Amino acid sequence: MYVAVKGGETAIRNAHALLAETRRGDPAVPEIGIDQIAGQLTLAVDRVMSEGSLYDRPLAALAIKQARGDLIEAIFLVRAFRTTLPRFGYCLPVDTARMRVERRISATYKDMPGGQVLGPTFDYTHRLLDPSLAGGGAAPAEPARAPLPDDAGAGIAAMPRVTDILDGEGLIEPAPASGEDPRDLTREPLSFPADRPLRLQNLARGDEGFLLALGYSTQRGYARTHPFVGEVRFGEVEVELFVEELGFAVPLGAVSVTECQMVNQFKGSAEVPPQFTRGYGFAFGQSERKAMSMALVDRALRFAELGEEKSAPAQDEEFVLSHSDNVQATGFVEHLKLPHYVDFQAELELVRRMRAEHGDALPQTTQEAAE
Amino acid sequence: MNAQTPTPQAESRQAEARQAETRQAKTPAGMPAITYNFAYLDEQTKRMIRRAILKAIAIPGYQVPFASREMPMPYGWGTGGVQVTAAILGPDDVLKVIDQGSDDTTNAVAIRGFFETTAGVATTTRTQDATIIQTRHRIPEGALQAGQVLVYQVPIPEPLRFLEPRETETRKLHGLADYGLMHVKLYEDIARHGHIATTYAYPVEVAGRYVMDPSPIPKFDNPKMDDSPALQLFGAGREKRIYAIPPHTKVVPLDFEDHPFRVQHFAKPCALCGAHGVYLDEVILDDRGGRMFVCSDTDYCNTRQAEGHTGEMSAPAPEAAE
Repeated sequence: MYVAVKGGETAIRNAHALLAETRRGDPAVPEIGIDQIAGQLTLAVDRVMSEGSLYDRPLAALAIKQARGDLIEAIFLVRAFRTTLPRFGYCLPVDTARMRVERRISATYKDMPGGQVLGPTFDYTHRLLDPSLAGGGAAPAEPARAPLPDDAGAGIAAMPRVTDILDGEGLIEPAPASGEDPRDLTREPLSFPADRPLRLQNLARGDEGFLLALGYSTQRGYARTHPFVGEVRFGEVEVELFVEELGFAVPLGAVSVTECQMVNQFKGSAEVPPQFTRGYGFAFGQSERKAMSMALVDRALRFAELGEEKSAPAQDEEFVLSHSDNVQATGFVEHLKLPHYVDFQAELELVRRMRAEHGDALPQTTQEAAE
Repeated sequence: MNAQTPTPQAESRQAEARQAETRQAKTPAGMPAITYNFAYLDEQTKRMIRRAILKAIAIPGYQVPFASREMPMPYGWGTGGVQVTAAILGPDDVLKVIDQGSDDTTNAVAIRGFFETTAGVATTTRTQDATIIQTRHRIPEGALQAGQVLVYQVPIPEPLRFLEPRETETRKLHGLADYGLMHVKLYEDIARHGHIATTYAYPVEVAGRYVMDPSPIPKFDNPKMDDSPALQLFGAGREKRIYAIPPHTKVVPLDFEDHPFRVQHFAKPCALCGAHGVYLDEVILDDRGGRMFVCSDTDYCNTRQAEGHTGEMSAPAPEAAE
């Protein structure tokens, strides 16, 4: 006897209770704190802030905890909260030349004003599992830090961006200016063709893994751009809001950001002599992989204005921008778990009918009649 | 959005008044307080969506881009429909939510619960009692009435998407009313299979102009869209599009003179209520090929059963039916 599928409500409640229990894990083990996540899983928090497009460490940490460490789920939680927040205005562009730098490296110059600042990085570690971390070991040794250039005046001259150095010589294209105010991707739907500010917004929110794969593909010959890391820098920058009533900019606080300036070859054209071109990447927190991948993809997407041939996925604006958002992507992929039996029934009927017509002796349960 | 609904301004004032009573989640010190508006979306967003809806109603079948928001349920779970519903929902509305024709599928339950929590509106499973019906993949069997709004959840709003993946191209094709691609596709189906091999999301022409994706409803439901007294709104959240069929609009499924549009017809009636001419779900009873066919529209089926209709597998005693 068929029993109608009832009780969905109770089942969902129970599933949620089970989820909460599973998330908590063994109650004999102390519960993980938001401050621990925010303070010790910093790169996860950085990624959630970046792709969640909301700079708020405690909220990102809360999202990671609630999502059981699933970062895309955490990004989704943050986005769903962010979208409800009112917009008071748009901050002034942050000046990364005035960054309180924690890390700044260039692959194009051995040394330059401000020097190479290695900062906290995995880059030069041996990837050997460290058993001493397993059992609450002693506090790590205090690192010696080089005195950072003071931001009270001296810092600006002391840590110029590498692209500014190249620009001084005219070797690199000037930063492409976009005349008008950039459109806001979160307030109006993406439309094509997208200009560069819109593309960069999209990439900044885009999935790290997707951009990594696309950036990687450009290195392997699918729209090769001959990139050099002009500079990757990570540190704090001040965020300022220009207040009309006051007539001057008011600092709102500081945010930690990573910026990548990629320097790429350009053969030149009839009008333009050979010069270097720019790819730009930017992310909240320390997100170097993301910022670098973004810079590679940004440069690849600029093929048209630089008169290059279109030959690869990373250059395809509609393809890249329509599929970069992991909240959209995961939703649509995972929605396949929702019931589709009405549509499936329609397909079943057709396949059975076509098979029957094909001469198979399958049981024919439905037939078609003219409406 | 029923007939009694006051002006949008008054509705918006009411909603803003409700905002004050909206539950405020407890947040630990150092975190911003988390509050949500009536029906979740802020009033500015609702206005933006209402403008898109009005435009959509003015140009039947045309896909209006709108600044879709992230919703607290995943893309693909009905975020477009939820945003449309949130934008038109007033405190006096009565909401029904179905998925696959049923009020009890998990997603229908979740979306109904969402509006119960965030808007506190009355909900129902009875089609004729609802002022707004949000649906995924079905149109209710019973005829809709003037004043009712049917809100469809749409995954891919572009009927030409699988023929031309680029939005820049498909917008051009719509602009030129160039639907040759679609006709060629349907023709190739017939040439290859002897049938038009589209069984759901069957494309329709709306008001003699735009070819429209009716969302993945079975083509069985397509005739219900034509000349419906209800307002039909379509929301695609991930794809950021809203479109509409105003009441009493001509909706014609694409076909050919020698291959007219036909709907599925089931050989047997519903096994529980004996209804003919309705869309049925196939339920597998065992692993030896045993199966039964029952109404996909659970409200329709339950109503008929309550009226005393029976099918071949109806329970002999009422207590065994549930």
